[in-house]
Amino acid sequence: MTTNPAFELVVRRHGTSVLRMCTALLGPGPDAQDAWSETFLAALRAYPSLAAGANIEAWLITIARHKAIDILRANHPVPMDELPDSVVLPELTGHLEMLDSLASLSELQRKVIGYHYLLGFPYADIPAFLGGNPASLRRAAADGIKAMRGQHHEAEEES
Amino acid sequence: MSELAMHEMDVLRSQLAERAAAEGLIDVSYRLVDSPVGQLMLAATERGIVRVAFTAEDFDAVLGTLAQKVGVRVLHRAAPLDAAAAQLDEYFAHSRTGFELSLDHRLSSGYRLEVQLALPKIGYGHTVSYKEMAALTGRPAAVRAVGTACATNPLPILVPCHRVLRSDGSLGGYLGGLEAKKVLLDLEHDPGTRGD
Repeated sequence: MTTNPAFELVVRRHGTSVLRMCTALLGPGPDAQDAWSETFLAALRAYPSLAAGANIEAWLITIARHKAIDILRANHPVPMDELPDSVVLPELTGHLEMLDSLASLSELQRKVIGYHYLLGFPYADIPAFLGGNPASLRRAAADGIKAMRGQHHEAEEES
Repeated sequence: MSELAMHEMDVLRSQLAERAAAEGLIDVSYRLVDSPVGQLMLAATERGIVRVAFTAEDFDAVLGTLAQKVGVRVLHRAAPLDAAAAQLDEYFAHSRTGFELSLDHRLSSGYRLEVQLALPKIGYGHTVSYKEMAALTGRPAAVRAVGTACATNPLPILVPCHRVLRSDGSLGGYLGGLEAKKVLLDLEHDPGTRGD
């Protein structure tokens, strides 16, 4: 492949999953729609310089995550001590710290958690993207969540 | 996907295209139009219409070629192609015999481009042979090259390669299929009686 696909095909292939991710992070409605638009506009600006054959879905998820965080920061300047103690991702999606700590996980952990919790894929579907098997991916997600929980407690103890 | 979600996605995509256009971020805009020769895909750059494609060519493959040869920022946006769509409608309704559109010929070069630039000299309703077309471009021996130039015309219908036939009067080839070529020739030979 000498160039990446036409951007229209990128929107067609990934538009729905990016919107699902934005909606999971920001709730349905204008915030998720803004995050989607900002994501694809930023992606369009940068697209000509994206390396040919790059993992476009992973690239879009990274951009969407940043756009979602921008909107969360603008809307909810949540103080640290208001974060809940128990960590269950879908309930945490309104909280920046969890999104930030996702970035500290291994690539596999981050992807499994993102695909399962943010994009809504059942574990059985994820090996198609990442290899492995549903049981090993479920373990990777559990390890990742445990690691995030650890970080969260550390942060609390330090404060 | 639910109907509501599909509607939401359509709205988001068209808003994206408008914002992208406002920021000058689109290399190629495209839209689809219906016609008597099947669905057509029209694509334009800021210079003009750059591609007309027939359904048989596989529109996604054509978008891929445009991404490779013109730029990867290809988006669906109808507005830049409204004039072309309207003129094609008029052409198929027998109320137009020539097109007044800016064309972007960047997908062709060399002798092919020379032939394609000369094709509009063949008037509506007229035909020439590949041989005559070769002579018309001052290269009477280049009959095969004329055939190639017609077969690779990126702007069919607008640039009338369908008006070039074999010396024996048979149709020769056509990117959109022989049936499409026949429809266009019949339309032009029989103006006003096919307006159905």
